[in-house]
Amino acid sequence: MKRRVLRGIRLVILLAFAAFFVVPLLWLILAPTKSDADIVTAGPLSFGSFHQIALAWRHLDAFSHHIFRTWISNSLLYAGSATLIVLVTAIPAGYGLAFGTFPGRKVVLTLTLVAMVMPSAALVLPIFLELNAMHLIGSVLSVILPFAFFPFGVYLAYMYYGTALPPELLEAARVDGCGEFSAFFRIALPLAKPVVALVFFFSFVADWNNFFLPYTVLAKSDQYPIQVGLSNLLSSTPSFNPAVGGGGQQVGIFRPELALATLLAVVPIAVVFMVSQRALVRGLVGGAVKG
Amino acid sequence: MSARVSNTAPAQVTRKRGLRGSSRGLPFIVPYLPFLALFGIVPTVYAIYLAFTKSGGGWVGFKNFTRTFHDYRFAPAFRHILLYTSVWLGTLVVLVVGLALLLHGRANRVSSTFRFLFYIPGALAGASSVLVWLFMLDPSVSPGSFFLHHVLDSHLFVQSIAPGNLPFIFAMIAFWTGAGGWIVVMYGALNTIPQDLEEAARIDGAGAITIALRLKLPLIRKWIAYMVILSFATGTQLFIEPQLVNQASLGLVPDTWSSNQLAYQVAFRYGDFNAAAAISVDLLVIGLFAAVLVVTRTGLFKRET
Repeated sequence: MKRRVLRGIRLVILLAFAAFFVVPLLWLILAPTKSDADIVTAGPLSFGSFHQIALAWRHLDAFSHHIFRTWISNSLLYAGSATLIVLVTAIPAGYGLAFGTFPGRKVVLTLTLVAMVMPSAALVLPIFLELNAMHLIGSVLSVILPFAFFPFGVYLAYMYYGTALPPELLEAARVDGCGEFSAFFRIALPLAKPVVALVFFFSFVADWNNFFLPYTVLAKSDQYPIQVGLSNLLSSTPSFNPAVGGGGQQVGIFRPELALATLLAVVPIAVVFMVSQRALVRGLVGGAVKG
Repeated sequence: MSARVSNTAPAQVTRKRGLRGSSRGLPFIVPYLPFLALFGIVPTVYAIYLAFTKSGGGWVGFKNFTRTFHDYRFAPAFRHILLYTSVWLGTLVVLVVGLALLLHGRANRVSSTFRFLFYIPGALAGASSVLVWLFMLDPSVSPGSFFLHHVLDSHLFVQSIAPGNLPFIFAMIAFWTGAGGWIVVMYGALNTIPQDLEEAARIDGAGAITIALRLKLPLIRKWIAYMVILSFATGTQLFIEPQLVNQASLGLVPDTWSSNQLAYQVAFRYGDFNAAAAISVDLLVIGLFAAVLVVTRTGLFKRET
């Protein structure tokens, strides 16, 4: 009896928290199906119509000459190209740190660990000050290059090679006359698939969601990534910024449009998650079995 | 988010024996080094340099630090982030560990469904999560308007974001996006506890609650410490949440609510880069201290030594 009561309490607590985590998302998904007035009057978790979604999208897309599309493609450009650089630099670096014997290896490893654990926001203003001194402010490179420093990716590759690649295999390759580079390109790189998926996922998501750095180093609104763009939309929404008042009528951004924009900003993350998920799971399991 | 997931990888790297050649492996890290230098080391050093000099150069000692310290916005900003961080850490420790313990020992499918549900909001970081919660805090549209009316006594959006509520609201947003990831980590840590240990305790007559508190909890202490230190460092860097709330509140909430915002305003509104650097260095020291603590003391990255 007592056991059953305890189980009941446990389930109630878990369900309450599940509601806390999920209901805001449900609301967000349902909001663009309603008009601004319906969002207030109809039940918060009711469904409106698909027609309203199309309408909200037309308003959102018309905002400031299709700038929403620009923001999304900027985000794709910044996160995509930075992640590409991360893959090219971090995978070999992880390999080098796992099997290297060069002097300073330990220093590089420690610095990488510290930079990885430190919150990235702590470096944003210092990076701004540095880029300012280099006259790089306002250039897209001032976003992409700092994004391309992703110590966590190096750490992942380092961990992966340390566990999944037996040193004997490399030794055998060397005995067979394989040079440093051909050992890497013939043996280590083909084995790297799972860790590539991991690094790609974490780097892309971190860049996509970053707000502070682009907010600080970019000046023009058509350079903004979507996260900064969202804050721009927020300022144009009358219900959160009554000063916009009549302006809200002109730009056509109300709650459904803002909710739709927020939702669309998450879609790429969901896609990347689904694409890499299989590889993520396989990679982790594979690594664990071999380790 | 990145750092914590790494630790779900249970494998340990064994120390590799030195092979022939003393600079083996160096070419592979060469492409990475400029990034480590330019966006890790140089900005840190440069910020420290700026913090101790005046505009145009020239050593000024701690003058920039005392100057910013006496700024009337400095103390409130640090008070805000300290209050926010303590609320957040308290919630994290109690609820994340509590939920992970509740989930552990349940049927696997039930538990993994809940873990997944708790984890989903993690996809909404940055501005998206703040926007979602601005909606949730608006009593006219929120599905939780009942709570807003009766718990916060708020009938208008501006009442919800009253300054006194903000540390709690920001803690809730951070919890909403981040807790799921930590629950997964804690759950993973709980799974490393050997089955026979639990079995032995059960044979000795320990109940589920006793096992959770007396056996499981002490065994995941290391991970809790890791979560606390990391979250403390991240918490002090708060920027986007108060920044967006400032925009949505028509200036009711100051744009210097958090320390990072203050540093930002000092740099951008006044162009006083030396003062901004001094505040950044204050924050950098906190972050660096926490990071070094994690790397050297928690033993989570020990495979090297």
